[in-house]
Amino acid sequence: MIEFQDLRETTPERLLGEVQEMRNSGYRLVQIGATRTEGFEINYSFDRNLAFVNLKIRLADNDQVIPSITDVYWSAFLYENELHDLFGLQIRNINIDYQGNFYKVTRPAAFAERPVVAPRPKRTVKPAADTEDREK
Amino acid sequence: MTKRTIIPFGPQHPVLPEPIHLDLVVEDETVVEAIPSIGFIHRGLEKLVEKRDFQEFVYVAERICGICSFIHGMTYCHGVEQLMKIEVPARAHYLRTVWSELSRIHSHLLWLGLTADAFGFESLFMHSWRLREKVLDIIEATTGGRVIFGSCKIGGVRRDIENAELKAIAARLQDYAKEYKELGDVFLNDLTVKRRLCGVGTLSGADALQLGAVGPMLRASGVAQDMRLLKYAAYGEIAFAPITASEGDSYARCAVRIGEIFQSVDIIRQCSEKIPAGAIETKVVGFPDGEFYARTEQPRGEVIYYVKANGTKNLERLRVRTPTFANIPAMLKVMPGIQLADVPVLVLTIDPCISCTER
Repeated sequence: MIEFQDLRETTPERLLGEVQEMRNSGYRLVQIGATRTEGFEINYSFDRNLAFVNLKIRLADNDQVIPSITDVYWSAFLYENELHDLFGLQIRNINIDYQGNFYKVTRPAAFAERPVVAPRPKRTVKPAADTEDREK
Repeated sequence: MTKRTIIPFGPQHPVLPEPIHLDLVVEDETVVEAIPSIGFIHRGLEKLVEKRDFQEFVYVAERICGICSFIHGMTYCHGVEQLMKIEVPARAHYLRTVWSELSRIHSHLLWLGLTADAFGFESLFMHSWRLREKVLDIIEATTGGRVIFGSCKIGGVRRDIENAELKAIAARLQDYAKEYKELGDVFLNDLTVKRRLCGVGTLSGADALQLGAVGPMLRASGVAQDMRLLKYAAYGEIAFAPITASEGDSYARCAVRIGEIFQSVDIIRQCSEKIPAGAIETKVVGFPDGEFYARTEQPRGEVIYYVKANGTKNLERLRVRTPTFANIPAMLKVMPGIQLADVPVLVLTIDPCISCTER
């Protein structure tokens, strides 16, 4: 069975209000996660009796400051510190702010780097006639 | 006013096989606050999807955890299969369910042993792990591995279990259930065990939901939420109801896990009776595109695999939210007021798996 998932988009300005509505409606905070695209996408996921709702905001870069939702969902501090340490995202007023020491990693904000696509190796041997050329 | 002291707990501690650190603010022997630190061994495995083919990544997903490895691999496969609209054969769904429940039994027996060890009941610890060993033998016989099963693949499973063998396994587990009952009775009725668990770390259902708790941590507070109700794999064809308790304390969390062992034995029996004949895998054609949140029920609770793809052989993003990560806030919430000596037991009652959390 394919689970129905309600995937919505919102803006950083409307985020806190919509998160507060989720809280008032009895939703549990499931997770917060980010994705590196041309800019950044941040997903806030909620659940109520197995009904899944996701709020997505988009940021042009990780210098843009977004509000913390820890005043609404106290437990969000873990996710928000993770976003800061792995993606370099700037989040204002986290209730427990580790100031970049949540993850002890050698390269800060490593997940903010764009994926490096390795060049394909050049073929050194010409394929024999009537054989499959897998590189095509 | 009593002087407050900060006591570091972990990352190296006798009850912790993996590193997590707590700064415990105590007044005399009573904890008044706890601040966690994790991230000592963060591996960045999610980033590896940019370099591994989406089918190869099943091997990495299985290695995120050494206890519930099969369910990690299965959840990853489930997410990609939803993106690619792959129809997994019914027999493969049943086999996935059987291996998931075997994982749950061995994980809960492992937890029972660790908890007994934490409060110093060494013979109970040994008996728990002796029984777990028998489950690992079944896993080894059916998959070839005791920790990493290597049996799940996108589109189905790699190995079959013959119907007669599956019925024999179900019958063997029914025999083992008698021993699980004896073991469970000690955990649930022994006076010394109850003194260490009853009333320790009580979490209300409302707080559990508000703090995002999952799995036995949530169900022990009276909330009947279990991701298996989403009917992934063969769970839509299996009769079961979430095991819950109402007290919300460490004893309730223990009781829920013991109940789930018997429930898993029954689910495997049902699978052995209902499993249909047929293929065990579907051919995978093309590349995934789109985004999906795969949610399944691990022994520790709900695990999330967010998969986002752009029609190439590499996923654009994989995000894993593990149950331990979700249960840390609830653990912190119930710390204030407990005695310092109860901290190791309370930490264990969320069944922490730092290996998963540091994916």
